[in-house]
Amino acid sequence: MEIGLIELSRLQFAMTAMYHFLFVPLTLGLSILVAIMETVYVMTNRPIWRQMTKFWGTLFGINFVLGVATGITMEFQFGMNWSYYSHYVGDIFGAPLAIEGLMAFFLEATFVGLFFFGWDKLSKVQHLVVAWLVAIGSNFSALWILIANGWMQNPVGAEFNPDTMRMEMTSFFDVVFNEVAQAKFVHTVSAGYVTAAVFVLGVSALYLIQDRHKDLARRSIAVASSFGLAAALSVVVLGDESGYSASHTQKMKLAAIEAMWETEPAPAHFTLVGFPDQEARETHYAVHIPWAMGLIGTRSLTEEIPGINDLVTEAEERIRRGIIAYDALMTIRETRGNVPDEARAVFEQNSDDLGFAFLLKRYVVDPRTATGAQIAQAAEDTIPRVFPLFWAFRFMVALGFSFIAVMAYFFYRASFRNMQFPRWSLYAAVAIIPTPWIAAELGWFVAEFGRQPWTVDGVLPTAMSASHLSIADLLITLAGFILFYTVLFVIEVRLMVKYIRKGPFQDVEETDAWQARHEARLRQTPGAPSPSASPLSTPAE
Amino acid sequence: MILHEMIDYDTLRVIWWALLGVLLIGFALTDGFDMGAGALLPFVAKTDTERRVVINTVGPVWEGNQVWFILGGGAIFAAWPPLYAVSFSGFYLAMFVVLAAFIVRPVAFKYRSKRDDATWRARWDWALFAGGAVPALIFGVAVGNVLLGVPFYLTDDLMPMYDGSFYGKFLGLLRPFAILAGVVSFSMLLMHGAAWLTLKTEGPIAERARRIGAVAGMTAAGGYALAGLWLAVGIDGFALVNDVVPAGPSNPLFSEVSREGSWLTAYWLRPWIIVAPVMGFVGIALAVMGLRAGREVSTLLWSKMAITGIIASVGLTMFPFILPSTVAPDSSLTVWDASSSHQTLFIMLVCALIFMPLILAYTSWVYKVLWGKVTEADVNENADTLY
Repeated sequence: MEIGLIELSRLQFAMTAMYHFLFVPLTLGLSILVAIMETVYVMTNRPIWRQMTKFWGTLFGINFVLGVATGITMEFQFGMNWSYYSHYVGDIFGAPLAIEGLMAFFLEATFVGLFFFGWDKLSKVQHLVVAWLVAIGSNFSALWILIANGWMQNPVGAEFNPDTMRMEMTSFFDVVFNEVAQAKFVHTVSAGYVTAAVFVLGVSALYLIQDRHKDLARRSIAVASSFGLAAALSVVVLGDESGYSASHTQKMKLAAIEAMWETEPAPAHFTLVGFPDQEARETHYAVHIPWAMGLIGTRSLTEEIPGINDLVTEAEERIRRGIIAYDALMTIRETRGNVPDEARAVFEQNSDDLGFAFLLKRYVVDPRTATGAQIAQAAEDTIPRVFPLFWAFRFMVALGFSFIAVMAYFFYRASFRNMQFPRWSLYAAVAIIPTPWIAAELGWFVAEFGRQPWTVDGVLPTAMSASHLSIADLLITLAGFILFYTVLFVIEVRLMVKYIRKGPFQDVEETDAWQARHEARLRQTPGAPSPSASPLSTPAE
Repeated sequence: MILHEMIDYDTLRVIWWALLGVLLIGFALTDGFDMGAGALLPFVAKTDTERRVVINTVGPVWEGNQVWFILGGGAIFAAWPPLYAVSFSGFYLAMFVVLAAFIVRPVAFKYRSKRDDATWRARWDWALFAGGAVPALIFGVAVGNVLLGVPFYLTDDLMPMYDGSFYGKFLGLLRPFAILAGVVSFSMLLMHGAAWLTLKTEGPIAERARRIGAVAGMTAAGGYALAGLWLAVGIDGFALVNDVVPAGPSNPLFSEVSREGSWLTAYWLRPWIIVAPVMGFVGIALAVMGLRAGREVSTLLWSKMAITGIIASVGLTMFPFILPSTVAPDSSLTVWDASSSHQTLFIMLVCALIFMPLILAYTSWVYKVLWGKVTEADVNENADTLY
């Protein structure tokens, strides 16, 4: 198989997936923030909250549509570009994707139209229910997608069937409650909540700097910072959970992220910074924190975390067992209808390592004919590129911790300093708007690049997964996607900027009518504070 | 888990074959009128307000409708993985064009009226037209190619490969019979879009839609009849040679297939399937009469019946074949050898039985809330918030 084709297929998938994930996190978080704002509106009946719902809802809509549009590519790209992958694991991987459509995507897409066009056609409570259904649908969508992705990282609940030459599901329960998938789900949606919180915070800070829409901005900051603080804490905690599960499910990925070349006596130290050198298999200028890695990775003082060199030796053993499995598989295929019991027994004993024999298909047509050098090379191939993983991971974690600090600060000012924010903090809030997207993309890079050379860890190598298309096919679609997505991106950013400039749509009549009623009510209650005593009770300016 | 053995493997395969049809029909009935209305846009609506009326008839529902397409992809992946793998990579560039249309269409709906600029809006109107017309045509061309057989083969490892003369070459799909099938699907969805606009609009827009829709309906009927005749005399069918094991493992290479006779022998073996083409012709006839007479609800229902009949007739005619291969007939995918495992089919059936009724219920509710015509007055009053 030509390497050029695999690389182009990977490039196209990486590009379309990362582009799709520019829109997803904001959809996940903003759908919930908007639903929270509308809940406050329905509970308090204050028009400012309706105005906030509509304003952030408009920005949500501009973003949502591109999430939907780019998601379509994802649903079909497995079949288009990764046809062997689709055949080989579709029996397991397809199910969560289909359930996502049935359970989640239908819900959010059907109700999102009603959210925008149903204000006059529905009662307040009905409209609120619609807003929550959109939010729930979006978040359930993420659940099923991450169950599918979690299975690629930790393929549980499935076994190879020699008759159909593919993996088949043995336990749906195991696939759904895969520990990797569950940790990834909460980590990913929390990242989405942080993204939306930073976005709302930044846009609101801009309004405060420009001295306009201040009531909307202050309330939005209050909602965003409390929601964002909880989410930022959750991202870091669940990121740690992902690391813990990786220490026993994806040992090579963990070792590569940490540039742990050798197995060290427990508890291992954590390398804070350094320059990993893949050729020499060592990390130059490393700064260590004693014990930390052992504690994070194993939550014990005695358990060892295997280093890269030991894992390569283990991979070589698995390749040799994989060749035995492959040989038995060929016997089973040739003697169909009359398979010797012995071949079945040999196959079943070694079938867990079949995928490792496929690593040799890059070098030989029939893995059984591989030389010792080729086997050693294939074992070496199981190490992902360490340097980019090491640094991408560290940037992501640093951003994650900084979000906690930002959210905590704004939460403190909003709750205990009467919503007064120093000017420097507002400028900072605007400046950091892009950072959660960077953190999210780095996170996906670590998860997917760190799984190489596999599409399904230990089961199917990437080099075997792609469709047999021509380079020309790939170049045409790659160019098409780049052109198309760039144009759409420019248009969407321009529209976002336009609608942020334009500011919230003012329900003037309703606001006045409400204020009159509200003041009348207050007059009937002696000693009640005037409506503008606290910033949270002021109606729209 | 023993639970899945409550239903036989072969029964589950037939159920999922039928559900595949339900999804394709669901997609054609809902997203079909979006595509039809999009393709009609430049012809039924002349002024900006008229165009906004047409766009806003589908504005609140296209997102939900498009999910039928996405769910179709997901369900094929889950229930028919070999079909998912072979068809989407085999029709690679055609799929890319369809994706491009389905990416640009949502964006066009959402962004078109967000700027008050004639050039901007004219560009998006063009995108809405192409986003509706192009997929409507390509889906038919693809179905035509499936009936003719597709030049793919499977290696011993079940890796899908494609014959050089076909794969990667978009133009290779444009065989005469496939183009005829494209015309049928395009005109059928045009008629459906016209029936929708008859129900949801009034005045000159509805009148123009009815005129064009009637012509489109008659074209669809003529093309459909011609395609049937062509299948009877000019195109070889496919047949399973050896005794099939309907509950056997999903490995297409285990069965032997020959090219002989005609697809239409299916009507001799299972005479009851004649119901499908009859539904197609009667549905079109009644829909065309309804369009001419200006009936609203009933016209849309007849149009739905026509589409259901036409799509069902393709599946029923080919049964048990799903994707036949011309270059290596033994690689052909059939209901008996291209499905997921017994357990996966069972789990997916349970999910479908839980969620499909819910989906139908809330979708109906949304359509009920949005019931009524979209008028020029509506658009003018809500110029800022509507599409």
